[in-house]
Amino acid sequence: MTVEFAGDADRRVRGALWALTIVGRVLISILVPLLAFAILWQGFLFLRQNDAPKVVTGVIAVVWGVGGVAAIYWVMNWFLARLPERVGSRILPYLFVGPAMAILIWFLALPTLRTFWISLFNADSSTFVGLDNYVSIFTNPAMLEVFRNNFLWLVIGTTLVVGLGLMIAVLADQSRFESLAKAIIFMPMAISFVGAGIIWNFVYEVRQPGDPQIGLLNTIVTSLGGQPQAWTALLQPWNNLFLIVIMVWLQVGFAMVLFSAAIKGIPAELTEAARVDGATERQVFARVTVPMIRGTLITVATTTIILTLKIFDVVIVMTGGQFGTGVIGTEFYRQYFVNRNFGVGSGLAILLLIAVIPVMIYNLRRFRGQAGFR
Amino acid sequence: MRRVPSIKRGAVFVNVALIFICLIWLIPTVGLLVSSVRAPDDIQDSGWWTVLPHPDQVKVSEIPIPEGLDTNGVMTILGATGTFEEFRAGIKTADGRQVTWVGNKRAGRIEIQESRLTANTNLTLDNYAKVLTGKDYELTSPDGSIQVVHGDDMSGAFVNSLIVAIPSTLIPILVAAFAAYGFAWMRFPLRGVMFILVVAMLVVPLQIALVPILRDYVTLGLNGTYLAVWLAHTGFGLALAIFLLYNYISELPRDLMESAFIDGASHFQVFWRLIMPLSVPALAAFAIFQFLWVWNDYLVALIFIGAKSDTMVVTQRLAEIVGSRGDDWHLLTAGAFISMLLPLFVFFALQRYFVRGLLSGSVKG
Repeated sequence: MTVEFAGDADRRVRGALWALTIVGRVLISILVPLLAFAILWQGFLFLRQNDAPKVVTGVIAVVWGVGGVAAIYWVMNWFLARLPERVGSRILPYLFVGPAMAILIWFLALPTLRTFWISLFNADSSTFVGLDNYVSIFTNPAMLEVFRNNFLWLVIGTTLVVGLGLMIAVLADQSRFESLAKAIIFMPMAISFVGAGIIWNFVYEVRQPGDPQIGLLNTIVTSLGGQPQAWTALLQPWNNLFLIVIMVWLQVGFAMVLFSAAIKGIPAELTEAARVDGATERQVFARVTVPMIRGTLITVATTTIILTLKIFDVVIVMTGGQFGTGVIGTEFYRQYFVNRNFGVGSGLAILLLIAVIPVMIYNLRRFRGQAGFR
Repeated sequence: MRRVPSIKRGAVFVNVALIFICLIWLIPTVGLLVSSVRAPDDIQDSGWWTVLPHPDQVKVSEIPIPEGLDTNGVMTILGATGTFEEFRAGIKTADGRQVTWVGNKRAGRIEIQESRLTANTNLTLDNYAKVLTGKDYELTSPDGSIQVVHGDDMSGAFVNSLIVAIPSTLIPILVAAFAAYGFAWMRFPLRGVMFILVVAMLVVPLQIALVPILRDYVTLGLNGTYLAVWLAHTGFGLALAIFLLYNYISELPRDLMESAFIDGASHFQVFWRLIMPLSVPALAAFAIFQFLWVWNDYLVALIFIGAKSDTMVVTQRLAEIVGSRGDDWHLLTAGAFISMLLPLFVFFALQRYFVRGLLSGSVKG
């Protein structure tokens, strides 16, 4: 009898501990970000009432923001150390992982569901309309043009980035000026799309025929006897190409660096053996180099595909999405923030998500195949 | 022996091709840099390459328009004969000079020009001064008095960009480092599910989150504050940060940590004293990535900061000047170049880490 009693009590204690652990885990995951948020918010209210110079406010905000977040982790850890060992050690992992997961869920996971939900309602989210927004997106000729443009970006942009990146990596690999050339090609990676748009304005700018052209491209064209063209505006649909060139200029450096590292990773014996067996340089490239860097090719291609799907800055700065250059990114912005059509705007965002799902599945598969996650 | 010349020819071809590509890559940026030190009128009137020596018609002397000309018919001025349109384009005279009508029919002048090698070297740093200190506008009030209003300058936007970019880089690093440590060195329920969520979120386009997050911010009264932008960038950069840092931290030698635990260190101590210092390369790689990304971002700033001129970041200011361009091209050139300086510096100073970050699989959604 007494044994049974002891077992009962033990079970009850264990049950209580178990419940406490669960509650603690959930609490700590949400409490840390919430507390961080509250403290940051109070700091903001304080700073807002002050008329300190902007630089001072900025420094305080930065120190407060980063220090505040660090302090909360520290305080929570101190608190967990005071709990009974069995409970504390079970909650501790959630102090490490929980806040990140809470933020990730708030900012990315939940919004996918919420955006889908909003896309099922009308323009001002007052009436449920089912899939009507999607129907109207796919039957609107203007939208179809937007999809065509995004398709151009995806196919031409990705092909150019991968092709040029690979070509430059191979060329640089055989040159004495490798590091200098790579630095030059890579440099645009540090420039914003807005800045790149301004830079390329000086290439594409057009003036009246007869006036001196200040755009580089039109100067070349007129000096060869041609007529000046409005490259980004009137040359539809080719103007999309001239916008794509800007993205390619920015992105080839990224592809080149990845390819370059992959090519250097190929064992020299392999290419040498092929050459000894009488393969030409072209055959070595096609039969040895390319298969050996297949993984990198896929990484670069998927990264560029995702970039081109979401492309926004270049188009909005260069043409504002006019002259038949609109893409899903700019159309989403126009629908949501200019037309205030929340339903269609959200629908476009969902279509973007659907477009990247194959990449997501590929990533998950590769991750599952990895032995790394023990 | 016969292969040597062909190898040499191959090397020459490689280098020529490479130099050609590098020139194409450099020229647009050089154009911006050169334009940014030219006088505003010059930027509008001639291409930036005219700062290099080139043959051009240079004015030798000018005369006012002679009286009594029939501007609608054929005229003869200084030995050149032609219609008004022909004079506008310039007519060559017998002695190799050119007579050109500058301006319109009534209020123009006649220039005598000679072909010479010339360079447009009227260079100035004024554009930078104007962009950094703001432009003065003269407003005439109804009572006739003139008021000078100081326009917004880019130095404010520069500070704003720093205030946005630094915490938006450090906060996700901190949160992600904790999470990466947890995933790598702790065992707990739902660990696998949570990490799959991280991997899945890697490529989610951030457009998906803008609408709901904006609603939350409006509800919380957060919209337009720096805090809103910090949190947004933290949320959007976190998946990549966790993924990158996990890859690095999980590869650190296990013995090191086990001996620390045997010595009685807690997870928290191991994390701060051991893991963080050891992970500096990975932390730096992500930091550069995220910093460049936030500094160059336009969309998130546009949505969550909005069009308030006192909190605008650099990209917003630039996009604003592009929109209102016309006679502000000179501000645009200097502004764009200033906006590129910091990322270029960070980039070249820490390129090693950046490339390492790229190589360890930085694919951001």
